[in-house]
Amino acid sequence: MEEFIQQLINGISLGSIYALIALGYTMVYGIVKLINFAHGDIYMVGAYLGFFAIAILGWPFLPSLLMAMAVCAVLGVVIEKLAYKPLRNAPRIAALITAIGVSLFLEYSMMLLVKPEVRSFPQVLSDVQYNLFGSLVISSRQVIILVVTIALMLLLQYIVHKTMIGKAMRAVSHDKQAAQLMGISVDNTISFTFAIGSSLAAAAGVLVGIYYNAINPLMGIMPGLKAFVAAVLGGIGIIPGAMAGGFLLGIVEAMVSGYGKSLYRDPVAFIILIIILIVKPAGLFGKNVREKV
Amino acid sequence: MLKVEDIHVYYGAIYAIKGISLEVSQGEIVTLIGANGAGKTTILNTICGLIKAKSGQIRFEGKEITGVATQELVKRGLTQVPEGRRIFANMPIYENLELGAFLNKNKKEVAAEIEKVYDRFPRLKERKNQLAGSLSGGEQQMLAMGRALMSKPRLLLLDEPSMGLSPILVKDIFSIIKELNQQGTTILLVEQNAKMALSIAHRGYVVETGRIVLAGDAENLLNSSEVKKAYLGG
Repeated sequence: MEEFIQQLINGISLGSIYALIALGYTMVYGIVKLINFAHGDIYMVGAYLGFFAIAILGWPFLPSLLMAMAVCAVLGVVIEKLAYKPLRNAPRIAALITAIGVSLFLEYSMMLLVKPEVRSFPQVLSDVQYNLFGSLVISSRQVIILVVTIALMLLLQYIVHKTMIGKAMRAVSHDKQAAQLMGISVDNTISFTFAIGSSLAAAAGVLVGIYYNAINPLMGIMPGLKAFVAAVLGGIGIIPGAMAGGFLLGIVEAMVSGYGKSLYRDPVAFIILIIILIVKPAGLFGKNVREKV
Repeated sequence: MLKVEDIHVYYGAIYAIKGISLEVSQGEIVTLIGANGAGKTTILNTICGLIKAKSGQIRFEGKEITGVATQELVKRGLTQVPEGRRIFANMPIYENLELGAFLNKNKKEVAAEIEKVYDRFPRLKERKNQLAGSLSGGEQQMLAMGRALMSKPRLLLLDEPSMGLSPILVKDIFSIIKELNQQGTTILLVEQNAKMALSIAHRGYVVETGRIVLAGDAENLLNSSEVKKAYLGG
């Protein structure tokens, strides 16, 4: 039982990272129906920006996090304008292939820029282990990951549900033409969505850098795919679904590795993807939408 | 107020609108009638910038608006209640109305406009927190119209407001359209229900396969033998 709760704690902190990345996937899909395979690489760029701020500029944690988020928000918008916008009315497969191209471009440009080797993240936050009820351990970094993630999720919920730009995002994702007839600019709304999604990925990147201490230019591939699984698991296009899917996937992975089968960690994630696509392709939170005439 | 001159519109390879000209003056209700597939919706969508015309010119209040973005036209006082209502089904009624006033950043004004819509359509007020998708067809039409009114349009394009509604509701909707017009909104109305449309309109155009085949005063059209034969069942 203790082992179980311990793995639950580990799973939740891993899952919160997946959830942050999955949110960007799901928001972008919701609005432009594109699986943005470059999203995992935005996360990687975010990690490097955090590294740059902390290790080279010597900034503290919070300003570094905010800077990485801001720069990646701009990067996401630029990528959308240059790579995806010209293809908005093209067949979806064209945009998908472009997304893979953007992903490779980011990975190998970063290799050129920062060298392919693994870099170790400086210890910007002290790592204290807290003992709970005797043998359970939770580290201060896990706590920080969780606090930052939850704060960002609450902020996102506020933006999406309470602000006009959030309402515009939902309107555009529901019906682009009807949204235009309200006076909403579809282009601006899509840019905003990319900005938010990319900044969440950047936050995940910085948090992972701090948690695992190591970053490299290809670090975005696997978490990117896992976050995609999480987004599909929760129901792609559904924001609470991405959060739940992320946490669930993190917990499952932690359980699999915690019980001594860590080699099966990745296969299990993708088996979940296959099962969900067969059994409930709309995802856990997805439902069939009825239309009224 | 609105002047459309010789527009030609293509859907990919399909030649949908083959040179249409029409005019709407301030204070009028003008209707476009015609069978399904004649191109009525395409004309409205071209006017409000959702589709681009291959050639031709559209002027609104004296200014050229060909190629101007839809959201910019909303700002200038021209909007459309689209065919099939196109309400935001997964949002509550009041959020649909808020979105209708998206360009108005003054919260107080928006709240006052929402109250006006509720006064016009009391059914919406009763259900303001319900999801729009749970409304009946007639209520959805009211919401779609209320939402369009939130941007205070001077010219309102209405596409098939009677679609799928019971005869009583159709009557209600048409009397609201007439009332809106009397309060100063100019209206361009697309309808398959030619009789209803002509009964409230000042003038009408008959559209057939992308061309205007007949135009004139609503009363004359209502009594013309061609219209009677083609659209009013003899």
